[in-house]
Amino acid sequence: MSGWRHPELGDVDRRKPVWFTFDGQPLSGFAGDTLASALLAGGPRILGRSFKYHRPRGLWGLGGEEPNAILDVTFDGKTTPNVRATTEKLRNGMVLQSVNAAPDAARDRFGLLDLAHRFLPAGFYYKTFMALGWMRWEPLIREMAGLGKLDATHHPPADTPVMNAACDLLVIGAGPAGLAAAAAAARNGRQVWLVDEARAVGGSLRWRGGEIDGAPWTDFAATTCNAVKAAGGRILTDTVLWGAFDHGSYAAWQRREDQTNVHWRIRAQNVVLAAGAIERPLWFANNDLPGIMSCEAALHHLVLYGAVAGRRIVIGCAGDAPYAVAAALAKAGCQVTLVDARKDTPPAPDGMRIIRGAKITRAHGHREVGAVTVDGTHLDCDTVLVSGGFTPSVHLHCQAGGKLDLDKASDSLIPRAGTSPIRTVGAANGAFGLAAALEQGHAAGSGAAPAPRAVDRGWALDPIRPDPGIKGRVWIDPQNDVTLKDVRIAAQEGYQSVEHLKRYTTLGMATDQGRNANFAGLAAMAVLTDRTIAETGTTTYRPPFTPVPLSVIGGMRRGEAFSPPKRLALEPQHRTCGAKFREYGGWLRPAYYGEDEATAQQDEARTARQAAGLYDASPLGKIEVIGPGAAELLDFCGYVRMSTLKPGRARYGFMLSEAGIVHDDGVVLRLAEDRFIVSASSSHVGSVRLILEEARQDRFDPSRVFLHDVTAHWATLTVSGPLARAILADAGFSVPDIPHMSVAETRWKDIPFRIARVSFTGDASWELSVPARYGGELHAVLDAAGTAHGARWIGLEALMLLRAEKGYVLIGKDTDGVTMPHDLGWGGPRASRQDEYFGRRSLFTPEANRNDRRQLVGLQSTNVPLPTGAHILAPGDTRRSLGFVTSSYYSPTLDRAIALAMINGGRSLVGQDVTVFNLGETYLARVTDACAYDPKGERLHG
Amino acid sequence: MQIFPCPFCGPRDETEFLFAAEAGKTRPEPAPDVSDAVWADYLYGNDAPKGTAREVWVHLTCGEFFVMTRDTTTREVKSCAALPGKAS
Ligand SMILES: [Zn+2]
Repeated sequence: MSGWRHPELGDVDRRKPVWFTFDGQPLSGFAGDTLASALLAGGPRILGRSFKYHRPRGLWGLGGEEPNAILDVTFDGKTTPNVRATTEKLRNGMVLQSVNAAPDAARDRFGLLDLAHRFLPAGFYYKTFMALGWMRWEPLIREMAGLGKLDATHHPPADTPVMNAACDLLVIGAGPAGLAAAAAAARNGRQVWLVDEARAVGGSLRWRGGEIDGAPWTDFAATTCNAVKAAGGRILTDTVLWGAFDHGSYAAWQRREDQTNVHWRIRAQNVVLAAGAIERPLWFANNDLPGIMSCEAALHHLVLYGAVAGRRIVIGCAGDAPYAVAAALAKAGCQVTLVDARKDTPPAPDGMRIIRGAKITRAHGHREVGAVTVDGTHLDCDTVLVSGGFTPSVHLHCQAGGKLDLDKASDSLIPRAGTSPIRTVGAANGAFGLAAALEQGHAAGSGAAPAPRAVDRGWALDPIRPDPGIKGRVWIDPQNDVTLKDVRIAAQEGYQSVEHLKRYTTLGMATDQGRNANFAGLAAMAVLTDRTIAETGTTTYRPPFTPVPLSVIGGMRRGEAFSPPKRLALEPQHRTCGAKFREYGGWLRPAYYGEDEATAQQDEARTARQAAGLYDASPLGKIEVIGPGAAELLDFCGYVRMSTLKPGRARYGFMLSEAGIVHDDGVVLRLAEDRFIVSASSSHVGSVRLILEEARQDRFDPSRVFLHDVTAHWATLTVSGPLARAILADAGFSVPDIPHMSVAETRWKDIPFRIARVSFTGDASWELSVPARYGGELHAVLDAAGTAHGARWIGLEALMLLRAEKGYVLIGKDTDGVTMPHDLGWGGPRASRQDEYFGRRSLFTPEANRNDRRQLVGLQSTNVPLPTGAHILAPGDTRRSLGFVTSSYYSPTLDRAIALAMINGGRSLVGQDVTVFNLGETYLARVTDACAYDPKGERLHG
Repeated sequence: MQIFPCPFCGPRDETEFLFAAEAGKTRPEPAPDVSDAVWADYLYGNDAPKGTAREVWVHLTCGEFFVMTRDTTTREVKSCAALPGKAS
C-alpha cells in the first residue's frame, strides 16, 4: 500500500466513514468515494489478475476506460459481476471481490501461468487445442478464462424503463467543449440535451480547474446548465451515451441515485460529440505492474477524492500535460521526478527533479512497482505515472459510419469532417487545451463570435511509439494480456491487417473495448511492418461504447411482459370454471379444466364425444372482406374458390404462399353477396390479413374491396357433440335450422348473434358469436344448459386430441415449410381450377409433381402413444428416415393410441407396417388414413 | 432505429414496418405458360443492390403497402409512394 489520503483535498465527506471489504480485508473510505478512490487511498494495490497470465493488476485510470480495476461487488446480498471500480459509488457494507483470481488477487494460484508465458504466445490456444481436440479441453480453459463470477441467485428486476425523447441538439460530453456547444445552442433557443457519464458536469475541468471569461469555470458551467434548462433542454449526468444508430437515434444508460436506471432512446436533429480523450500509457518492460498509473488519472483522484497515488513518484512523458499533475502532487507533499523524453521542455514546476531527453525503459518489482530504469539509471520509487499522449474518444463518430484521419499536431486519429452526421469537437477532435475546446464547442453550437475566452496551459507533445527493439515484456493491452511480442508474432505470421491482428491476439477485445490498447497496437503494427498508421488502418467500432447491463437493454420487457399474450374476454369465467391457461399461437387460452392435465384431457375428450363439449373459439380469426370485389380477391388469394359459395354457406380452404406452401387453413363464411368472413387460424390472422392486403393494394382495385379484422370484437363459444342441439334448445336460443357448413345472422335478446355450423371436432358443432361485451351472458347461459346435459368445458389439449382423431391438420404442427395442399390429400383444386391463384404455378414444378412427396397419413400403434417427432424408418431399413410423427395422442374414445405423420409417399404405404424410431427406442406402427374416427363423417350432422 | 415515412400515417419507427418485396418485379403471367426457371427467378431472384434500392414495405399498424426508395448503405430514405394498384 503506497497510496494515501490527503488531509484536505477532495470532495469526500471525512465525517462520514464508509466501511467495506476487499478480498475479505476490512477497509474504509468516505462518503463521496468511488470504489477506486477508496482503494487507492487506503487499500491494497493488487486489485485483480490479468486475463491470460494472471499477472497482478492495479488501478490504471479513471472513468469508463479503466481496464484493470474490475471487481465483483456484493451489496444488499446481491452480487454484480465485473463492476468498474472507477465508476461505482462506494456504499457502506459493500463486499468487493477481485476477479480472475483464486483464492484472491494477492495469492492467485494461477499466477504460475506467468512463468509459462514463453509457451503461451499469440494464437496458442487455437494452435494447440484445436489440434488436440478442442471439445476435451474447452471446460478446463473456460474455467480458467473469463472475469467475474455470475451470482445465479441474482435476478436483476425488470425495472428499467425505456424512455423515448427528441431534441434539437444532443451534446455528448459535458467537458469544456460540450458546455460551450450547449451554451451557444441554448442561447439560440435550441432544445439541448447534455449528457455525461460522470456524476457532474465539467469533464477534465473538474480536476484541472481553469477560468472561463475571467471567472471560475464553475460559473460558466452553472450559467450553461441554467440556459439549457430554460430553453427546454436537459442535463443528464451519470449517463453513458453508448450507441449511435441510424437516422439520428442514440441510446443512453442513465444511473440514478436510489432509483431505477433509465434507458433513453434519443432522437436528435444534430449531434455534437465532445467525449474528450483518454491518456495513453508508455511502453517499457513490465509496464503492467501495479503502481503504474495514468498521469491524468492520478490528478483526477487527487483533486476529486484526495486519494494520492503514492509518495515517491516518477512521471514519464513526452508532453506538457503532466506538468500540472507533477506540480499538484509536489504541492500535496509527494517527492516527484519528472522524466521527459524531450530535450527541450518547459521549466519544471517547483520542488521536483526533472530528467530531460530520457525514457523509462523498464519497471522493477515483483508484485508492484518499486523502481524504474531511466536510460540505464536505477531510480527507486513507489509509483510511476505515465503519459504517452492522448487518444480521442471517437467511438460514436465511427459507430455512425465516420472515418478517421491521422492528425500530426495531436498525434492521434481524429474524425474526418463530414463522414458521419456527428460533429466532433474539443479533445475528441484532437483539439487539446481549454481555449481550443471552448472555441470548437462554441462554433458547433452555432454561437456568434466571440467564443468564451480562456488562458491555456501548454499541450505540446512529441509522438511516442512502442519500440520494437526494447528488451523485456511490454504490454500493449493490459486487460487481455497482449504484449508487443504477440503483435510481432502476428505480423510475422501474416496477420498484418488490424482486423486480423485484433482477432488473432485479442488485442482491443477486452471490456474497455480497446480504449487503452488500440492505438498502441496499431502503432506497433505500423512500426513492425514499416507502414504508416493510415496504411495500417483502424478497426471497426461497434456499440456499446461501454458495457451496458443486459437488464438495462432488456428493460421492462422480460418474463410475462416480454411478449404479452392476447387475453380472452371470458378469461375470468374460464378461471371460475377451473381452467388452467397456456399460450397457444399468441393467445392465453384454457389448456384444460381441473387439476391433473392428463386426466382432464382424457375426460374432456370422452365427454365431448359422448355428450357435448363447450369451448372458447374467440381467437379464431374473423377478417371481414367487404365489397363488390370481395369474391374476386378471395378467389385469387385462396386455394379453394369462394366465388361459387352461396350466401349463408361456409367452405373449408387453404391459403398458400406464392411458393405453393400451405400457409394457413380455415373456413370462409359468405354472409352476403359482397361480404365474407375469413376464419383464419388464431396464430395466422395477422399474416393472412397481410396476404389479402398486399393483393388488394397491388393487384386489385382497392376501392372495390375492403378488409376489416374484427377478431377481437366478437366472443365465440362453440357447442360440439351429440347433445349440442339439445343444449342449444334448452338454453333458449331460437337457432335457425341450418345444415353443416352454413352460417346465419340473427339476434339473441336484441344482441347481434351469429351462428356458424362448422366443426373442428368432427361432431356436429355450433359456433355462437356475440359482440365481446355480451360474452359473459352467453357463457352463463351455455354453462347452465351444458351442465344440465352432462356436457363440460374442454380446453385446447382435449380439442387437439379430438381434431387429431379426425385427421384434421394444424398448420405449422402437422405441416412444415415444404407442405403443399396435395400432400394433405387436397389435390382437387390443383387438378381442376383453371383460373389464376396465389401460389398456383409453384404446385406444378418438378418438385411439386414428385409422387414420393411427404404426405399426411395416420399411424396406428399399440397402447403407448408414439413420441411426437419420432422418425419413420423405410421398410427393411434401419438408418434412412422417411418422415416423422407430427401429432400423437391417446384416444379415450377409440381406446388406443393415434398419431398423424408426414411420410415420403405415405399414402402408398397405407396398410403396411413400419418401424418408428426415437432416441434409441423403436416402435411398431401401421400406416392408416389420417382420419381414425368416423371416416364417413356421419356425426357432423348431429 | 430508422424512421420510415408511411404515405398514409407519416414518419414512424422502423419497428412498425415489414419489408415485403423488391419493387418492380412483375408476376409472370399467364403462370401456366411460364417456365420453371422464370418462375423460380420470380420467387427467389433478388437484386439486393448496394446503394439505391426500390422496395415494397408495409406499415403494419395501418396495413398500407408502399414503394420506398432508399440507400442500402447509408440508410437514407429518398422517397416513398403508395402502390398504384389496379388503377395504374
Ligand atoms: Zn401507416
